[in-house]
Amino acid sequence: MTISEKEQSILNEFSLFEDWMDKYSYLIELGKELPLIDEKYKTNQYLISGCQSRVWLHAELKEGKVILTADSDAVITKGIVSLLIKVWSGQSPDDILHASTGFLEEIGLKEHLSPTRANGMLSMIKQIRLYARAFQIKLNK
Amino acid sequence: MAFNIDQIRSDFPILNQKVNGKPLIYFDNAATTQKPLPVIQRLTDYYLKENSNVHRGVHHLSQVATEIYENARNYVAEYIHAEESDEIVFTRGTTESINLLSRALVPWIEANDEILISAMEHHSNLVPWQQLCAERKAKLKIIPLNEDGSLDMNFLEKMLNPQVKLLAITHISNVLGTINPVEEIIRIAHEKGVPVLLDGAQGIAHSPVDVKASGVDFYTFSGHKIYAPMGIGVLYGRKTWLRRLPPYQFGGEMIDQVSFDRTTFNQLPYKYEAGTPNVSGALGLEAALRYVSEIGIDKIINYEEKLLTRATEKLEEIEGMRIIGRAKNKAAVLSFVVNGIHPYDLGTLLDQMGVAVRTGHHCAQPLIDMLGIPGTVRASFALYNTPEEVDVFAEAVKKAVAMLM
Repeated sequence: MTISEKEQSILNEFSLFEDWMDKYSYLIELGKELPLIDEKYKTNQYLISGCQSRVWLHAELKEGKVILTADSDAVITKGIVSLLIKVWSGQSPDDILHASTGFLEEIGLKEHLSPTRANGMLSMIKQIRLYARAFQIKLNK
Repeated sequence: MAFNIDQIRSDFPILNQKVNGKPLIYFDNAATTQKPLPVIQRLTDYYLKENSNVHRGVHHLSQVATEIYENARNYVAEYIHAEESDEIVFTRGTTESINLLSRALVPWIEANDEILISAMEHHSNLVPWQQLCAERKAKLKIIPLNEDGSLDMNFLEKMLNPQVKLLAITHISNVLGTINPVEEIIRIAHEKGVPVLLDGAQGIAHSPVDVKASGVDFYTFSGHKIYAPMGIGVLYGRKTWLRRLPPYQFGGEMIDQVSFDRTTFNQLPYKYEAGTPNVSGALGLEAALRYVSEIGIDKIINYEEKLLTRATEKLEEIEGMRIIGRAKNKAAVLSFVVNGIHPYDLGTLLDQMGVAVRTGHHCAQPLIDMLGIPGTVRASFALYNTPEEVDVFAEAVKKAVAMLM
């Protein structure tokens, strides 16, 4: 699936929820379900410090695609991280660099991407783009 | 004046709004308080009728502005029972007050001297002293806490040796709510000849302050924690101290005579107020203190205590609840964590239910690290909060915990 197809499928899922409680319960479920990252990457080297909740991120290039894994100590943050990974992991560096986070806004999670939120989300997105850029350069060599 | 909660709430129009479709419950008062109409009106009046620069002009408006600014200083002095209004230095807030003092004390601190603080300090009463100690090769010593979050008074007494040049300690903890026994602390320190600074950022709004009776050497606070505007604060310093300490910023207003070769400095408190001061802020602070005084700080404390007790009892019904800070003397701050739940998640869900709390380390990282938790959720109360809000809050916490478990 392309990024936009994946975004659409998440938008469809979220359109079923009637109130904030359903939405957050689903995010929490996503957060709890996903064993996102290999324990050996849960070190300071892969830590994105977001002040309040911590996010660990690992990226590697496999057959021209970026494989992302991540984790967070806060479950709601983890839920949102897993949405981003669903959409972006397995895509090419080019596609990731061209993608936006607009779908998170559409499902009403915009406030989590605010720089004042101190949850590490914004730094994580920046870091993913840095990885994608590095992989892109590597592929074009 | 009787404590009329409906009247009080009508003085704070900001409270009358919805957040995420729910009536706002503002429990982030330890971070900043809302402002009552008399304070807002005071700022408006100043800019509508009285604005001018102070202390310089011969013209009418400048004289008016100077007079009301100095009256505000007089009222602050009266409110905290300072002997003279010269002992009131206006600053931007507690942080600047402490920084000012830490800079003014530089020549007074020598190698191997000690500065004592406690383990419950806000970064603003920790980092300036840590930096000063590093600069002067002095030692920063930390007074430990008891299990319940109160200060270990036995240690305090033992740590007050002749090397100690200053004891800088909070009046009320912004994380634990602990009210320190400041009168006893000051008495013990003074017996050993050690001056005391109290960080009154929380103390000013939840305790009577009497610098004369307590004998404290320095008291610092921010206006915005006691219903006044942001950007105005106070450093109270005993005159004998402020007179002999050097200035901290240089420029206009703080000088006596200036030539290209040398400068002599103005008298107190202007020596410490370089540049154009925050006149409207000072007036807003006066209005806020008068507002509190009219209701009566004792009545406010009594009312907030009831809110704290009610909230504590309700939260304790929740499984896995851990109240952080259980000192016997506690002010309107309630920090907690729930086993297995990250404070950030709890805060996010509470916000969805219209409840404003703070989550995180509350600018007291060493304390949070010591407790071995990622942070706390902190509900903090003010005179306009109600028992009904406490009930809604407790239900919201229950709901959030159920969702996250």
